[in-house]
Amino acid sequence: MLLELKDITKSFSGVDGDVEVLRGVSLGLDAGETLALTGESGSGKSTILHISAGLEVPDGGSLHLEGVEINGLGEAERANLRRSEVGIVFQQFNLIPSLTVEANIGFQASLAGRRDKTFESELVEALGLKDQLKKYPELLSGGQQQRVAIARALAVRPKLLLADEPTGNLDESTASAVLTAMLDLVGRTGAALMVVTHSAALAEKMDRRVRLKGGVLL
Amino acid sequence: MTNTILRALLSYWWRSPLQLFTFLMGLALATGLWSGVQAINSEARTSYDAAAATLGEGQFDQLVPRVGDQISQSVYIDLRRAGWLVSPILDVTFKGVRFVGIDPLTTPTQMSFSSDSGFSLEDTDLIFGNAEVASLLEGFVEVTIDKSIPPGIAIADIGVVQRLFKRSDLSRLMIIPEQPIRRPDLVEIAPDLVVQPSQQIADVAALTDSFHLNLTAFGFLSFAVGLFIVHSTIGLAFEQRRGMIRTLRSLGVPLSKLLALVIVEMGLLVLVGAILGIVMGYTIAAMLLPDVAATVEGLYGARVSGTLSLRLEWWLSGIGLAFLGAGMALAVRIWQIMQMPLLSAVQPRAWAIASAKRIRGIAILGMIFLGFSGLLALIGTGLGQAFALIGFLLIGSALVLPWLTIKLLDFAPGKGVVTSWFWADTRQQMPGLSLALIALLLAVSANIGVSTMVSSFRVTFVSFLDQRLAPELFVRVEEEKTASALEKYLLERELEVLPLLTVERPVVGQPAKLYGVRVGRTYRESWQFLGADPDVWDQVSKGEAVIVNEQLARRNNLWVSDEVDIAPGLNLPIAAVVGDYGNPQGQVVMGELLFRKLYPNAVATSFGIRTTDTVNLRKAIQADLKVPDSGIINQASIKSMSLEVFERTFAVTAALNILTLGVAGFAMLMSLLTLAGMRTPQLAPIWALGLTRTRLGVLELARALGLSLIVFICAVPLGLALAWALLNVVNVEAFGWQLPMFFFPADYAFLGGLAILATLIAAAWPAIQMVQKPPAALLKVFSNER
Repeated sequence: MLLELKDITKSFSGVDGDVEVLRGVSLGLDAGETLALTGESGSGKSTILHISAGLEVPDGGSLHLEGVEINGLGEAERANLRRSEVGIVFQQFNLIPSLTVEANIGFQASLAGRRDKTFESELVEALGLKDQLKKYPELLSGGQQQRVAIARALAVRPKLLLADEPTGNLDESTASAVLTAMLDLVGRTGAALMVVTHSAALAEKMDRRVRLKGGVLL
Repeated sequence: MTNTILRALLSYWWRSPLQLFTFLMGLALATGLWSGVQAINSEARTSYDAAAATLGEGQFDQLVPRVGDQISQSVYIDLRRAGWLVSPILDVTFKGVRFVGIDPLTTPTQMSFSSDSGFSLEDTDLIFGNAEVASLLEGFVEVTIDKSIPPGIAIADIGVVQRLFKRSDLSRLMIIPEQPIRRPDLVEIAPDLVVQPSQQIADVAALTDSFHLNLTAFGFLSFAVGLFIVHSTIGLAFEQRRGMIRTLRSLGVPLSKLLALVIVEMGLLVLVGAILGIVMGYTIAAMLLPDVAATVEGLYGARVSGTLSLRLEWWLSGIGLAFLGAGMALAVRIWQIMQMPLLSAVQPRAWAIASAKRIRGIAILGMIFLGFSGLLALIGTGLGQAFALIGFLLIGSALVLPWLTIKLLDFAPGKGVVTSWFWADTRQQMPGLSLALIALLLAVSANIGVSTMVSSFRVTFVSFLDQRLAPELFVRVEEEKTASALEKYLLERELEVLPLLTVERPVVGQPAKLYGVRVGRTYRESWQFLGADPDVWDQVSKGEAVIVNEQLARRNNLWVSDEVDIAPGLNLPIAAVVGDYGNPQGQVVMGELLFRKLYPNAVATSFGIRTTDTVNLRKAIQADLKVPDSGIINQASIKSMSLEVFERTFAVTAALNILTLGVAGFAMLMSLLTLAGMRTPQLAPIWALGLTRTRLGVLELARALGLSLIVFICAVPLGLALAWALLNVVNVEAFGWQLPMFFFPADYAFLGGLAILATLIAAAWPAIQMVQKPPAALLKVFSNER
């Protein structure tokens, strides 16, 4: 199993004391598998995604990526794992505004020390970004920015791709086009994909769907 | 990975050239003003040190005549024969250059001169001087250029100087430290000479220290104001890159690596800014140095080279200080990055929203500082404590300002929802704007304080000139015979004649000038005293008391009715203390009769004349007594020349004032730009609710105007307090003068106008940005902000 979450718990402090967001969530994801994580707002979907990426540390439970216990790693080791094995597509894209589209796409791969310009060209072609390479993100539409974020996440050839509402800011037809391209590329790279979404249409296209409510999997 | 991260960090500056410019300029201004002042100070000190080392001034005891400034060659020979190891020196001033003739064979080894071009005075008839001196003496005598010679001085063998000026006498004799155990007493061989101990020779470095301390204080003030810009720019750069930093970390950049590279990035930029600043400082110093040289010479008679050389120590101190200042601002941001949760939402205003409690806490600290300042004003003594007083006053006021501004905003007028929002929003912006407002407060109050001091000094100085230059004509003659003929000639015409009798002599152990005056209507009517007995002039005229100048009185803790020694074995009480500005030396004024009795050899060769017809009297003196035109000066020309010297003296202060105000305006611009970038989320909803972009822009301008008005209102009392401290504490400690304080409301209003203009110019940029912001940019707030 590529990713394995066991009895994960997580609380955040709120105005009225601690709020328990995850209450013993266990979840697994195989290499090449796609999974949709659905649920109401505040159900803990994004927290699972962040914990899976090593961005957030759970309060309890264990988390293994390729058999490595992530919870036991230090900040630098988690960062190392994230830049080389995990691709993340944020809802707000999180592109670097001062770098061109081309530099943004190759950014994480450069960090990981495995930039492959031929593969990047394939991604650019597949995502329809060929004419945007020299532009800065602020000049792109939301859909285009989302595609750049997907290209950046895939350019590092991650084993695990995590996407948080990847089509949440897009209109229906753009969302469909972006999703199709993303699934196609995930299939070609053999990465596992976990998507957090409210969209039933998007969830339908995944191999598996799990629903969270009140911090537990239904 | 390193290159990739560094490229991403630096790409921000590439895409924001304006911010790069302001960051570098902020650092450059801070470093430039600081290192410029340091350059001026070190150049001046080097000049004094060179003078002391080359001329032995201040190092060795000397023999000087009791009266006058001439020693005959035979006295020197007698002393040498009697076993006194002394070395002769002849000083002659010509064309503004001091010719120093020394005897290379007998000068102390510590100050033996050999030129950097390899010549020695022992085997040459050459005259050595720096390039400035060489150009001054061009056409008169050939000068061999030697950079090691202090400014304004030409050195040669004593024989060369004697031949050049057809002199056979000496000016002083330097006493070699190693003397034979047995030697006859001085009074036996040369009763007309006295020993002037080395520490009694006007110690130029000590005298000028206070002036340099003033400049250093200005340098620090400018540096502090410049640092506000650096602080704002670094703050802006980090706020705008908060999202990038979060992205970098989420993409797998370790925090330690990120911090290290941020430090490297900032280090590179600080280095560039500091180098730019030092170049700027060099330029400022090169521009101001001639004025500083004039000031120091005018105030203390010390010569400073008018040219500047680039020195390693102030390169290093400038760069060091730039790193220190930027490091302080950076440390705060580094701490924030370390504390920033990886997944925190990008909330650019979070840093700016300091709690009211914190502002109140800072204000309490400020009030404590103001308390210290008040305490020092009451009980402090010495120059160090005088500057501590000013430091506490300025820092304390700066710390109180944000809290006070918020309190004053509570009284802001206006009804209606927009006005309420406007003032509430202004109060909320205070933490973000406080540094810029503090910079403006410091700059404006320093301007008010220093200009009040200078203008008060000017008023006092003009009135002082009126007292001292009461005679309408001044006549100077070369010979004693002509002097008596002139006096007789004038008295026959029933004119009031005021002979100027003077000798130099140590008083209370310090060099001083003694004057003999003919007490009459002019002195009785013109002179005003700082403290006096009711019958001053009667006592002086009878030779029962003397008048001393303020410097001599304050330095020696003397006042009316204390006694001073004015001749060997004769002490007289002080009948009055008179203000004497622009002169560091002590002066004692006594009646003419007493003076002539004590110093019978002194001859008056200068006379002040009271007349209503200067033109005809001038013509008559020239025709009847053959006095050359250059020997007669009228009062008006002396006054205008003195005022010119005065204006030049304070040109440096005025230039630094303007620069400081400019830097404060720049700090304001940076803060407003920083806030403007972050405020879109606050303004977008107001725009969406119906306020036009133009109105929002106008409101931004109005806010800047209102805040700068508040700052100005606070700056006036602070500036006046500063002026009081400068006039009544610093001046007394540094220069020995206490000056009356005058108020100049029109000048303050003009300064307020300038400060408000600077703020409006600074606010115009973000306001125009607001007006021109495309609706799409405002709408993005609603689509992208979480």
